[in-house]
Formats: sequence, C-alpha cells, structure tokens
Amino acid sequence: MDLKINGLSKHFGLQKAVDNISFEVRSGEIVGFLGPNGAGKTTTMKMLTQYLTPDHGEIWYGNRRSTENTDIRRDIGYLPEHNPLYEEMPVLDYLNFCAALQGVPPSEIPARIREMVRKCGLDDEKHKKIGELSKGYRQRVGLAHALIHNPKVLILDEPTTGLDPNQIVEIRELIKELGREKTVILSTHILSEVEATCDRILIINKGQIVADGTVGNLRRQTESRQIIRVRIEGPSQDNIYQALRQLPGVTMVDLVNREDQRYEVQSSSEEALNRQVFRLCVQNNWVLLEMTPTETKLEDIFRDLTIK
Amino acid sequence: MMKSIVATIARRELNSFFDSLTAYILLIAFLGFSGFFTWIYGSDVFMRKEADLDVFFGIAKWTLFFFIPAVTMKMLAEEKKTGTLEILLTKAVNPRQLILGKYLACLMLIMIALAFTLPYYISVARIGDIDHGATLSGYLGLMLMSSAYIAIGLFASSITNNQIVAFLLALLIGIVFHFILDVISSGMRGWAGNLLSDLSVGKHFDSMSRGVIDTKDILFFAGLTLLGLFLSETFISKNK
Repeated sequence: MDLKINGLSKHFGLQKAVDNISFEVRSGEIVGFLGPNGAGKTTTMKMLTQYLTPDHGEIWYGNRRSTENTDIRRDIGYLPEHNPLYEEMPVLDYLNFCAALQGVPPSEIPARIREMVRKCGLDDEKHKKIGELSKGYRQRVGLAHALIHNPKVLILDEPTTGLDPNQIVEIRELIKELGREKTVILSTHILSEVEATCDRILIINKGQIVADGTVGNLRRQTESRQIIRVRIEGPSQDNIYQALRQLPGVTMVDLVNREDQRYEVQSSSEEALNRQVFRLCVQNNWVLLEMTPTETKLEDIFRDLTIK
Repeated sequence: MMKSIVATIARRELNSFFDSLTAYILLIAFLGFSGFFTWIYGSDVFMRKEADLDVFFGIAKWTLFFFIPAVTMKMLAEEKKTGTLEILLTKAVNPRQLILGKYLACLMLIMIALAFTLPYYISVARIGDIDHGATLSGYLGLMLMSSAYIAIGLFASSITNNQIVAFLLALLIGIVFHFILDVISSGMRGWAGNLLSDLSVGKHFDSMSRGVIDTKDILFFAGLTLLGLFLSETFISKNK
C-alpha cells in the first residue's frame, strides 16, 4: 500500500515538533527515518499510526485518507519506541489478544501465531511471561505483535535498540524480507543500519526533511569532497606531510599512524586526488605503499545536514 | 466488530485480575469483612432477630466504596505510564471501546464478589421469613452503586498516570457522593438541601436497600456511570 504524506505539522505547545513534512513511500520500499534525537521522527510515526492527530496536513493510505478512519489501523503494524508490552501476560496470550483486536478471524489466529513465533524466533520463550524475557526477546515479541495481522504497512520506531549484534543481523534480515512486499518505515539513529536495510533515506532535522534519497544519491550530493587513505614511505615524514598539504585543493591532512606512515587526505579539488598524490610521490621518489579511496561516510553526510 | 473488541479487552482485564492476586485479595477481603460483620460481630443477623440482609448491605456499601478505587486505579493510569495505551490505540481500538471494556471487566469482578455472598441470602432465607423483594432490590442497589463508583474510578485513572493519585482521587470524589453530601444536606432546608440530598449516593442506595426501587434511583446511578465513562473517554482522547 502506498503512503502519501502531505504538509504534515504538529505542535506541542509552542514547540514545533514536525514542520510541514511531505513525502511518499511506495509499496515494497523500505524507508529509513534518520535524525538526531528530538528531530521529530517519533512524532511523525505517531501521526502515521493515528496515535497523534496532526495539526495540519494529510496522510493518505492508498486512496483512503487518515482522518479518524480507524479501519486503516488494521493495515498498519506498529512497533513503538521503548516497545511497551503487558509484562504480566504470557507471550502466546498476548499475541492472541493482539490478533483478536486487529480483527484476525478466530479460525486463523492459531496459524498466524504459529507463523509469528517461528518467524520471530520465539519458540523457546513462548510460554513465558513477557516480563521475564530479555530485551532481545521482548523486541521480537514487539515485532511479532506488529506483524500478527499481516499488515500492508509496517512502522518501526528504532527496531534494533538493545539487541546484541547477532540479533541485530537477524532482525534486519527479517525486515528486509518483509520489505519486499510491504511498505516499511523505520527510524533509527544507527547509520550503518540504514545503509544495511533501507532503500531510501529521509533525514529529518528540527521537524523538517533535509534530505530524501537513496544512500548512493545522498553520497553523490556531497561527493564534491574526496577522501583517500595513503601510506607513503619517504626519508622525512614532515616533508611528506607538508607536501601533501600543499597539493592544490587539499583541505585536510591527518597523520593517522606515525609508524605505519599512514595519512588521511581530504580534498575539494576538481582533479582526482589519487592522481595528484601519485605524481607527488613520483616527483620526490617516495614509495607509495598503499592508496585507498574512502567513500564519503554516511556519518559525514548526516553531520553536514543536521548540524547547520 | 465494536462488541467483539470491547469483549476482547474486558476478557483480558478480567484474566489479569485473576492472574495477579488482585481478584483473590479482593474476594477474600470483601467476603471476610462482610461475613464477619454480618454473622459474627456487633449487631449481626442473630442479634437483630430479623430475617433480612440489612447488616450485609450496610457493610458492603462501605467495603465496596474502598475496594473499587483499588481495582480501578491502575486501569488507565498504568496503561499510560507503561505506554501500552499507545499499543491499544494504534490498533483498531478507539477510546470508547477501551473504556467500556475496562468498565465491564471491573463490573464483572464486583458481580463475582457479590455472587459469592448469595449463600448469606440462602442461609437467612432458611432461618426465617426473608423479604425476597427487598433483598433483590438491595443487590441491585449494590450493583448500581458499584457501577457508578467504577466509572468514577476510571475517570480518576484517566487523568493521571500515577496509580496512587488515581486511587486517592477516586476516594475523594467518592466520599463526596457517598457521605458528605448527605451530611451537608441534612443541615439545609429548601431546594438547595433537596438538590444536594438528591445527589447523594448514600441516600439513593439506602432507599434501594430497604426494598424501594424508584426510577429516580436507577436514573441517578446510570447518569453517574455515564458521566464518569464519558469523562474518561474525553480525557483519554484529549492528548492526541
């Protein structure tokens, strides 16, 4: 189901939490919401799930408009931030309860629960009370209840917080698999997560969208900057350092490791930086041991866009 | 669909009363208090030498007054505090269904407690010549009064996320209707006194426990219930 958001705004008192946001998400797309804390990610998600009513703007689910059309919620699976759950309920009872609320026909509920238990890896813990589970398993229960009614749209607020690295990989795989047929929006402030799972990134800052595109696209936008890592063997490290600094367009040289003679060079020059460095070494008869072009990191893009 | 969601919520709440110790403690304490005073202590059934349950109704009126806020205090306050309210309201549940479900669960619990006192009724009926009508009317009165206090309790729970505040607020509102209006109105004459006394839960309940079923009493309790539920719904919907 396609999602279309048009001029969405929400104020809390005098504070603008979300300020005139518009974007679209198509079916089969995984979109990552990225932004510093307090940027408006959670508020936007709460409006998408109808928990909060927007002050202005429209949200369209396919051709249905989300204004108190509560039936839309049956097409949405939502994992809120902090993943609140009924601690005193056993996992299976809880999934049963959620399925009933979401209108899964009673005859299909047992099969759906079995599928969720298998998919989310809850088999060993399914009879325990939720309060007895570790954080990772709680997160799986959260995902399981968000998915129990086979929703077309999945909204996940920081789905991998508190998980260990293995669990993170598992959950990401699950999200990717789901993303093939569903519309998925997830928020995170872990940048590698976005790169690993999302088709598209929306960077939000101070309630506004500051970037929208694929990881590659965003890179190209900020690609005016080149970064390479080099190892150069020569008689004097100071000379090498100075020579690198004096290359046209070079903005920063960093001696990363003195023993290894490893440098990081940043340049905003038009000319390819690796050619310049190579020629420099030839001229001075230095040995170029290693040269690695580094892609602009997502961290840098993020910093650029959100610190202004 | 509306009905099945309310039923699902009510069933979960009722189960959670019995999964936690709430239900058992309530039942034991309620039966203990009312049994003790009805059969063993003070002006009990045997001392009065009358085959009626007036003593029980008098005690139950007060025990329920204290117990109901203890049952209702967590109903919405805890959901708000832990964030599970967000889970419910982002599923196909609207605030009205949520509150109705919780109200029904509480009412069921109280009805179960009252059902356990039926042996009192049977025993008294076997000892002497009990007025069946008056007893039935007394039970109806207890149920209606409970319904009103549950609604007040839910309202108190809907405006805070602190259970203690919800409990105390419910007691505070309750005590005004239960008892203070009676006291004030007894010292007043004219329309103001009548009005206050008409708003007193105590007065309406007492007349029912004596066996008089007046439409006015039923409307009063129903009105108080609806008002409480309506306000709870308003407060739960408000912060959106």
